[in-house]
Amino acid sequence: MRIFAQLMVIVLATSACAPMTATTSSNDASSDATYVAPRGPGGVHPDLNGIWQALGEAHYDLERHMAKASLQVREGPHGPIPAKRALAFGAVGSVPPGMGVVEGGKIPYTPEALILRDENQANWLDRDPEVKCYLPGVPRATYMPYPFQIFQGDNDLFMSYQYANAARNIYTNDPGEAPIDTWMGQSVASWDGDTLVLDVTGLHPGSWLDRAGNHHSDKLHVIERYTPMGPNHLLYEAIIEDPEVYTEPWKISLPLYRRMEQDFQILDFKCVEFVEELLYGKWRRNPLD
Amino acid sequence: MNTKLRNIKTLSLLIAATMMQTAWADIPRTADGKPDLNGSYNVATLTPTQRPKLFGEKEYLTKEEADKMAADEAALIAEGDEELDPDRAAPPKGGDGNFELGAGGVGGYNTFWIDRGDGAASVDGKFRTSIVTEPSNGRFPEFTGAAKMRLAKRYANYGKVAAANDRAWWLEEGEDVEGPYDDPEVRTTSDRCLQGFGSTGGPPMLPTLYNNVKRIVQTPDHILILIEMVHDSRIVRMNSEHISPDIRKWMGDSIGHWEGDTLVIDTTNFNDTPGLYNATRDLHVVERFTRTEDALHYSFTVEDPNTWTEPWSGNYNWPRSEETVYEYACHEANYAMGNILRGARILEAEYREKAAADKE
Repeated sequence: MRIFAQLMVIVLATSACAPMTATTSSNDASSDATYVAPRGPGGVHPDLNGIWQALGEAHYDLERHMAKASLQVREGPHGPIPAKRALAFGAVGSVPPGMGVVEGGKIPYTPEALILRDENQANWLDRDPEVKCYLPGVPRATYMPYPFQIFQGDNDLFMSYQYANAARNIYTNDPGEAPIDTWMGQSVASWDGDTLVLDVTGLHPGSWLDRAGNHHSDKLHVIERYTPMGPNHLLYEAIIEDPEVYTEPWKISLPLYRRMEQDFQILDFKCVEFVEELLYGKWRRNPLD
Repeated sequence: MNTKLRNIKTLSLLIAATMMQTAWADIPRTADGKPDLNGSYNVATLTPTQRPKLFGEKEYLTKEEADKMAADEAALIAEGDEELDPDRAAPPKGGDGNFELGAGGVGGYNTFWIDRGDGAASVDGKFRTSIVTEPSNGRFPEFTGAAKMRLAKRYANYGKVAAANDRAWWLEEGEDVEGPYDDPEVRTTSDRCLQGFGSTGGPPMLPTLYNNVKRIVQTPDHILILIEMVHDSRIVRMNSEHISPDIRKWMGDSIGHWEGDTLVIDTTNFNDTPGLYNATRDLHVVERFTRTEDALHYSFTVEDPNTWTEPWSGNYNWPRSEETVYEYACHEANYAMGNILRGARILEAEYREKAAADKE
């Protein structure tokens, strides 16, 4: 906890004079300390209204990684090949390489938690909650390959994600400890200059952080920072703390881009109906092949 | 009288005059001058959507009738809150057949789960007999022939489901006849966690058995209405045009505009199963929201030529609430769907076994 507090001090101090030093080249491009965003409704805070989306490979694996045949592989005679059930996807099911968005490159897992992460990878199809269309949790919702919309009123905030029509209710007054763990957690908003800070607790341990099996416990605490870097992009940072899973708090940062298409809007993606055969097909009166 | 004092007096008179001009001179407004609809609303009410036939053309309850409605509900809840006998026997196999609160009395729903408000819907201080106001009998207009056939098909087995869930009665018709538990897709969209029930998300948004809290977030360009059940977000685009008709949506495509201090939302482009009872993809709903001191007045008009022979309308108040919307993670814990299907497969196996034994 103390380390976490110290890290927070550094983050706050750094961001007070300039945006965080970014870890990847794409983030370097987004660091324009001179940009002043137009004010949003109410006239005080920057306007974050809009439909945003991450561009990159963070949803495959937050850590730096090389391309591979599939999210779930098995040993072939000359190296890894796709797991049998993933085989039919061919190149579509392969994993593109990524520079990673974790500051320092690696997630500081405890030894036991690292073993679980590797087991998760080996059993990706059975374990990834995204495969089952479960709610994504935080921070995963932010950098999935789907748009999400920020609604910012005079004093109200809300986020709506296309994936699984996930909804994130945001409090601008701290209601106290979350009454129960939820998939999308309890988010309490504050402003640090022009940065929206969301303090997220009460997160259900069922969610993952990406498709690579990166995980957390119910002790997860995420502090997210959304900072306008230009008219059409935000810098997204998240400090991730979970003493049961990580040896110290760690941080991810990546840009979020405005969806620029004319008349763009969030459409329905209620994937629940798309996974019914996967989850319940074996109990049909007449099971299919 | 000095000038300063006179100016203040003039100002006061001006303010008073403005207040008299409209009842809502002090209506809270957002920075862009629109009525401020932000906040939570609890739409639970004991007033039913359709007027019970015994009330005929009567639009309002008497004070006594409203009090009795509230007292009856309070008594039901108090009864449910009574301590149970720890030595009580298990419910009868297959349930006790009492479907008043659902689940056939096998220990499913009781009043702990139910939250349909503590009184009748009050508009202008008078208690309403129904939410539907047009036609004047407070009931849905007559169904079209096609709508009647859809309903008959949907509810063909309803009586049997309620009366005989101890055996696979659907096999009595033959192995090739569709049963009510064959596939997940034949269950209701609320069983499947795709949609709340009772048109809670609508539109029109109607009060239902529980989870009646809604949250509105208002920006200059959008109105967001968070529906608690199935965490549905209605995203309303202000001053926009409807999306192409080849895009269909679960809650339809909603566009809004302000008519004076009233928010008007127009919704089309539904998919084949709108939340509203028996409606089709051609449903068209117009909703109007007017802020009052302690509520939103919500009114709506519905038309669907495939379902009703004429348009119909209704309205009720949404009282402002301090309650927050909680996460309704339905699908993530939908053990019921698997159990419904597995239970049916077990009953079918028992049925076939017995049929084979009887044959011998």
